[in-house]
Amino acid sequence: MPPWQLLLIGVSSFGLALLAFASLGLAEFIPSLLRGVVVTIQITLGGSLVAVLAALLAAAAKLYGHPIIRAIASAYVELFRGTSALVQLFWLFYVLPHFGVTLEPLTVGIAALGLNVGAYGAEVVRGAILAVPKGQWEASTALNFSGPQTLFKVILPQAFIGMLPPWGNLLIELLKATALVSLITLSDLAFIAQQLNQNTLRTVEIFSLVLFLYLGLSLAITAGVRALEQRASRGLSRQRMDG
Amino acid sequence: MWDWEYTWEILPILGEASLITLQATVLGFLMALVLGLILAILRMMAPKPVRYLVAGFIEFVRSTPLLIQIFFLYYVLPQVGLTMGAMLTGVIALGVHYGAYCSEVYRAGLEGVPKGQWEASTALNLPMSVTFRNVILPQAIPPIVPALGNYLVALFKETPLLSAIAVLELMQTAKILGSETFKYVEPITMVGLFFLCFSLVSAYIIRRFERRLNRQVRVS
Repeated sequence: MPPWQLLLIGVSSFGLALLAFASLGLAEFIPSLLRGVVVTIQITLGGSLVAVLAALLAAAAKLYGHPIIRAIASAYVELFRGTSALVQLFWLFYVLPHFGVTLEPLTVGIAALGLNVGAYGAEVVRGAILAVPKGQWEASTALNFSGPQTLFKVILPQAFIGMLPPWGNLLIELLKATALVSLITLSDLAFIAQQLNQNTLRTVEIFSLVLFLYLGLSLAITAGVRALEQRASRGLSRQRMDG
Repeated sequence: MWDWEYTWEILPILGEASLITLQATVLGFLMALVLGLILAILRMMAPKPVRYLVAGFIEFVRSTPLLIQIFFLYYVLPQVGLTMGAMLTGVIALGVHYGAYCSEVYRAGLEGVPKGQWEASTALNLPMSVTFRNVILPQAIPPIVPALGNYLVALFKETPLLSAIAVLELMQTAKILGSETFKYVEPITMVGLFFLCFSLVSAYIIRRFERRLNRQVRVS
């Protein structure tokens, strides 16, 4: 499906859910729902920034780092991929204060989810860099490019296209994982949904409509990543890798 | 900082809770395996309207948070007359969520079986059920076992979400222990270690299995 169609479905899913809220006599709760959506989007954006940075650093460390740095990067990846996101969130929220580090819940949410997704992203980045043919390195050496020059001007632009589809999936996972922050007292969309449920007891309506709000956000992410893919592969003779 | 005495004290309690976690994992994954296969077959072979419906359902389940799905089932099922325990609700939620993921894996496996196998079965006059059970599935399943294994590990790591509907699994137990004594460091760290050990071991098993599978394919 082309990006604009996905976006259209996403926006209409979001809009129809809000309309349904209004028509079911829940209109007064729409502002607080939207505040929840804003928090969810904030955490998704902040988390994806952390994730991309962590993934790039960890991948670079694993590929080109000093053995000690490489071991640290591997430990980070295994630790965050091996335990569950909720455990990581609770650990940062409940345990870290005992070591004298108290963070805002919002910071905890962004850091924990970002680092979690970043660990998966590190493997994606590493795989994409390794998938660039070796001849590209050799050609760059022949042209007397320096190491960083080769990496940033030759290798990464090519690896970038291969990375995009898996990153799209990871960002959806991140969006879905933001619902967990409702369990550390942040008032995101999931938290507001529970609150409304307790206040109004209109359970079926609230949770089904909130699911459609999340669907709208997911589709918007997918559409964005698809559009980016199309832009990034423009001017390249190669087709999109996953067809 | 780290209280060993307290650690030893809570270890048996957490050990017991980990049984619930494992139970939820196994039951949830069994459901995901069965539901995934059904969804995959429907998506590939049902009449067109059903096919679109199933495809839409799979995408919907995959694009929305598991936590909300758990709440949805937990609060909505009793309203339609299905009263069940939190544990069973959690298992169903895990099963449906990962069933949607598994269905895509099955689909890849089924599409990987050469078309000639279907044609040969027709030529041999095999009934549909026999073709499926004895010809197609035995070829479709083995290559996707590692992918399914990865989802088993992913599902296992999502079981702490059941703490949100008060299933007494590891995370919930750790939280209760923490709130009783105001010592969160030990219980939550132990839970993390438990997950880490289990994930590393299962990742190792999956990798070995994958290698063996590759070897077999190459020999044949």
